[in-house]
Amino acid sequence: MRFIKNYFMTFAAGDIITKISYLIMGAGCFLRGQIIKGLLFLFLQASFIVYLFNFGLGQLKLLPTLGTATRVEVWNEELQIYEYVQGDNSMLILLFSVMTIIIILAFLVIYHLNIKTAYNNQLTKERGGKLNNMIRDIRSLFDSNLHVTFLTLPTIGVVTFTILPLIFMILIAFTNYDQSHQPPGNLFTWVGLENFRNIFWNDPLQARTFVGILQWTLIWAFFATFSNYILGMILALMINKKGIRLKKLWRTIFVMTIAVPQFVSLMLMSRLLADQGAMNVLLGYLGIGPIQFLTNALYARITVIVVNIWVGVPYTMLITSGILMNIPADLYESARIDGANPVKTFTRITLPYMLFVTTPYLITQFVGNINNFNVIYLLTGGGPLSLDYYQAGKTDLLVTWLYKLTVNNQDYNLASAIGIIIFAISAAMSLIVYNMSSSTKKEETFQ
Amino acid sequence: MKTKRRKFSFSNLAIYIILSAMSVVWIMPILWLIMTSFRGEPGAWTPYIFPKEYTVANYTRLFTETGLFNYPRWFINTLIVAVFTCVISTILVLMTSYTLSRLRFRGRKGIMNIGLILGMFPGFMSMIAIYFILKAMGLSQSLTALVLVYSGAAGLGYFIAKGFFDTIPRVLDEAAIVDGANQNTIFWRIILPLSKPIVVYTVLMSFIAPWVDFIFVSVIMKDNYNNYTIALGLYQMITRENIYRYFTQFCAGAVLIAIPITILFIYMQKYYVEGVTGGAVKG
Repeated sequence: MRFIKNYFMTFAAGDIITKISYLIMGAGCFLRGQIIKGLLFLFLQASFIVYLFNFGLGQLKLLPTLGTATRVEVWNEELQIYEYVQGDNSMLILLFSVMTIIIILAFLVIYHLNIKTAYNNQLTKERGGKLNNMIRDIRSLFDSNLHVTFLTLPTIGVVTFTILPLIFMILIAFTNYDQSHQPPGNLFTWVGLENFRNIFWNDPLQARTFVGILQWTLIWAFFATFSNYILGMILALMINKKGIRLKKLWRTIFVMTIAVPQFVSLMLMSRLLADQGAMNVLLGYLGIGPIQFLTNALYARITVIVVNIWVGVPYTMLITSGILMNIPADLYESARIDGANPVKTFTRITLPYMLFVTTPYLITQFVGNINNFNVIYLLTGGGPLSLDYYQAGKTDLLVTWLYKLTVNNQDYNLASAIGIIIFAISAAMSLIVYNMSSSTKKEETFQ
Repeated sequence: MKTKRRKFSFSNLAIYIILSAMSVVWIMPILWLIMTSFRGEPGAWTPYIFPKEYTVANYTRLFTETGLFNYPRWFINTLIVAVFTCVISTILVLMTSYTLSRLRFRGRKGIMNIGLILGMFPGFMSMIAIYFILKAMGLSQSLTALVLVYSGAAGLGYFIAKGFFDTIPRVLDEAAIVDGANQNTIFWRIILPLSKPIVVYTVLMSFIAPWVDFIFVSVIMKDNYNNYTIALGLYQMITRENIYRYFTQFCAGAVLIAIPITILFIYMQKYYVEGVTGGAVKG
């Protein structure tokens, strides 16, 4: 709102040169002697207009329908063959429309900057001051405006590889871009909230899958987070206990398992635990009949949690080691005098202290586990598959379901809708972290 | 000398036993991997634990039989991608985190909040869109595309490095300004030399990423076998059709890349802990 108000106020207060720069960008600069800067603005304006009229507007015009002309075969009389006549491609229309909108927004920012510069120049002149020349402008980019220089490249990267794709995919959630609407053969179009309605109640199969997977995702995230946290802490306590020797050796043994790439160790585990795998061979020697670690729904769920302990405990051990050292020793001292046993010391002193310090870490872990793709995908592939579910298995999380829908099924609309739901869950959790995390509030404490 | 010996403690003995047992559980899969990589008999499963014959053929075949699975080629691809990714990501991450941590300008909080929100969307969600964008740029299925995917949005991973920069005393900047340094000089001459841990951490983390990711690379490369990276290549060896013949080679290939990564990781574990706990503990 402030921008719009400023826009008109500045126009009223501006002299003729400032008023011209509302129409011709850069006028406020080159008419006042800042030739290069002015021409840069003008060049940006010219290229924007060329882009918009040659390409951008054409795409935006098709955005409401996402294209109507399907690719058709036309009989070519002369050559006696069918020829394809290219029609619209909904996917490209959507992608380029989003791109055009981003470019328009970027241009508006530059336009706003142009007016601000023109007006500031006017004020400087009225005060009888001297305008910056090009060299001083450039010099300021390395001093008072260093943030502009440093953030330009990262911003371009993030806009191209995160924001643009993300907006595109969010919009896809409101279309019917599924396996039977693949352009250019079949166009897709807007369907509003249809996909969300299907997931929540309209389509019984999808709704059943969603509820089942959501439940398992939350159960998994809970157990995966806390089992790792508590066991990792106990491991760290044992290694760091006074009088335990070879601390470095113990630590290195566990760290080694982190260092082996996850896809290797997890693929290996899945072979190890397969129905005819080494684990069952070993159990066979002991006379215990083959256990379906990965093919029985309940066992598979327990297996992934247990294997996740194997994967995650060394991380927690590493991270909690440092914090454990900081627990005030006199707390333990007085507990010992009062005759508390180790279990009581742990539950009454260590655990509360750690929970207090590491809550942000814990919630980050929880969100991380909701999105824990590797462990599930590599270990069970989401299996065992279930006919109750739409394209998913009993150990599938929301993210692995999303992945399968995207890669195997090309149900992009459904996948995007799930992505948005995952975002909502993570955002809710992260909001809690953000409010609790002392490090964001006290970021300047140590400066 | 007897008085100097540690007192025998029952609880310490129990801890030693538990630690040894846990070590065995944690190390066993890795030992099994190494053992299998030397196994003479093919197949994913054997009805016994210890191989009947040992051989190094699994390792040599990785480099000699390159018809179907071109391991050396994948290795070089991954190395190229890793080097470029590492350079670009490190620059982007350091610039972003430094700016957000130590420079003050309008919109700083806003940018940080946007970064936070963007990080909450699952990464796989935009995977397909990224593929289409790269295709529109004419880059699909190339190593350049892969470098862009790994490093393009690296600026978003500013959080850990920012936590580090937050802890450097501001007095240093002020002293430098008195001496006539501009903001750019402060970054290069004063802050960067003090930031070795976080630079090492960022470099190693971004270097390792291409070696262990197989998801993005599978979406980007599709069937272009020549541009596969190690992770995706190895993953192909254990698909249902190939696993019987190539499982032992897979293990050998995995051991070969696990060795350098293990060494790197053990070297940087100190920085890793400092990086991750940096923000959380100091509150």
